[in-house]
Amino acid sequence: MFKGLRAIIYKEFIHMRRDPITIFVALIIPVLQLVIFGYAVDLDVTNIPTVVCDQDRSPASRELPYKFENTGYSKILHEVDSMDEVLAKLRSGKAKIGIIIPPGFGDARTTREPTQVMVLIDGSDSIVAQQALNIANTIGLRASIIDLAMKSGAENPLSGERTFDVRARLLFNPTMKSANFMVPGLIGILLWIVTVFLTAASIVRERESGTIEQIFVTPLSRQAFIIGKLLPFAILGIIESAVVITSANVFFGIPINGSVYLLGLLIIPYLLTGLMVGLMISTRAQNQAQAMQFSALTMMPSVILSGFMFPRASMPFIIYALSCAVPLTYFLEIVRGIILRGAIWADLWDETAILIGFFLFFLVLAVSRFKKQLG
Amino acid sequence: MMSEATAISVNHITRRFGSVVAVNDISFDVARGQIFGFLGPNGSGKSTLIKVLCGLLAPSSGSATLDGLDVVRNIEEIRQKIGYMAQGFTLYNDLTSKENITFYGMVYGMFGNRLKDRTNAVVEMTGIGEYMNRRAGALSGGWKRRLALACAMLHEPKIIFLDEPTAGIDPVARRELWDLLFELADRDVTLFVTTHYMDEAERCTNVGYIYHSNLIAIGTPGELKSLPEISPSGTRRYEIDAPDITRVHGLMKSWDSVRDSTIFGASVHTLVDDRIDAGDIKSRLEKNNVEVRNIRPIDPTLEDVFVTLTRHHEKIQNEGVAA
Repeated sequence: MFKGLRAIIYKEFIHMRRDPITIFVALIIPVLQLVIFGYAVDLDVTNIPTVVCDQDRSPASRELPYKFENTGYSKILHEVDSMDEVLAKLRSGKAKIGIIIPPGFGDARTTREPTQVMVLIDGSDSIVAQQALNIANTIGLRASIIDLAMKSGAENPLSGERTFDVRARLLFNPTMKSANFMVPGLIGILLWIVTVFLTAASIVRERESGTIEQIFVTPLSRQAFIIGKLLPFAILGIIESAVVITSANVFFGIPINGSVYLLGLLIIPYLLTGLMVGLMISTRAQNQAQAMQFSALTMMPSVILSGFMFPRASMPFIIYALSCAVPLTYFLEIVRGIILRGAIWADLWDETAILIGFFLFFLVLAVSRFKKQLG
Repeated sequence: MMSEATAISVNHITRRFGSVVAVNDISFDVARGQIFGFLGPNGSGKSTLIKVLCGLLAPSSGSATLDGLDVVRNIEEIRQKIGYMAQGFTLYNDLTSKENITFYGMVYGMFGNRLKDRTNAVVEMTGIGEYMNRRAGALSGGWKRRLALACAMLHEPKIIFLDEPTAGIDPVARRELWDLLFELADRDVTLFVTTHYMDEAERCTNVGYIYHSNLIAIGTPGELKSLPEISPSGTRRYEIDAPDITRVHGLMKSWDSVRDSTIFGASVHTLVDDRIDAGDIKSRLEKNNVEVRNIRPIDPTLEDVFVTLTRHHEKIQNEGVAA
């Protein structure tokens, strides 16, 4: 059944030795991508550029912008004299928040009479806008609570004991670093690239060069051919996982809260699924360019639907249903679970079972199409 | 019809690609130790038939046996007994000659001393020794062919299929490759060779001619030359050597007593009724102010055979369409 396996392995390792660039690309580029992605794909919003138009020029109106800045999310970059200039700054993108303080603001604050401040927010980037909106609302709400209490003769309520104290505590990622969230997901993306792209190219390359024709007239078994072709990439994938996880730990200081061994073990079904998808592409594609396009096609759902970037819970039903068909969805649960939440086998067996199911499904699909024949 | 001495037996093989029939109901036998030359224009179905016989393509209908084994049912068993040299270079360019040979040896289940012995044997036969550590991709066309043949005969196959083994290599390499093929045939290996070269076809024990997916002639070169379509009774074939062969050709074709005229290099081959002889031809040409250097009677060459057969079948086909 595995006739010729030794021969294929012998040959594949010579190919690898003769083509160190592929190995380099497979091992080093993902680490670089990890560093670049890990730093660039940063969802933390700080230092939002802010423009202020103070038409009051009182002590209270001078203090207000600093309340924005003190949150750490806003940075005052410009001070202008008119509403038009505020709009101009927002339009040009030089500022994302515009604070317009009307005349009489200071007097109203002293007497704690109702008054208004206009805050304009650039809504084009929804994440930034959301953050800006939060700061503006919080600042207004805090001032109003204090005013109400003071007017009724009480002390500053925020300095005393609260009657209804909601204490939110962040578990697993207390500093809310988005890298902690993104990087484990990236491991899944990068592993997908290595397994799917490299495998997809490997068999179709032999088809293109005609070498497959020569191999198919020999008694080599197709099982041996497939296993021999996949084995180097499986090994590469395992090494790659180790390299990426280690560098995630070193470059991003991401602690692995769960068991590294469990992580290592549960990576395998995901890796095998990727190899099978690559194999499936390789047995169907007519040439390498086509194989690359098919591979790229599998990337999109992985990035968009898996929950790598956007939470799946808020997806419309159909999209959510589609996301259930993406292997990375389940691997993300595993890798984020173990690395961030210290999840154990009991938490992850169902995701693992689904991944094994994917593996078997693609295995059957890939191998059933694969005959030792041309055309 | 099939006996112990039959190496290849093809029975009504047809292979279609969609609506295109690439090989149409072909049957023939090849005896053990023969060099069977399979000829035909490009796209006539030569490679397709080889691929069917090697198990690379399934036949749409019909059957074939190699060494008594069915190419569909016993294909895995057959694979151990056949060698195949494809039309292009199908070994690994980034592996050295030695690594390619070792790889194919291992594929055929050879290891250790057996692999070493067989490697030495094919290296000696092909003379590839000094190129053993060179990458296959860096070899010249002729050496690539020899390396491919070395890999194809490594496991001592009983039948070797060679698809245009001499296409694109120089005359010396071509001659040497054929010497190698004769050596193999002497050892009772059956060779199935496709080629476009008529001089190669003349060297084959048997020749088959495929045209538009149909096998239209088969036999020894001598048998083919005496086919009635080629040499009808009451005709003679002459070779006319003249400075202006285009004019000779044009004039010959305009005469009633001339059955056929074809330009071959610097001369014209013509088939005429035997009531006229060389002298008649010469005088008629000179009457038209055409200089004639020499006219001599000739036997048909295989090229005459195939040109005539192709025309003959084109005519039949056109008449068929017209009717």
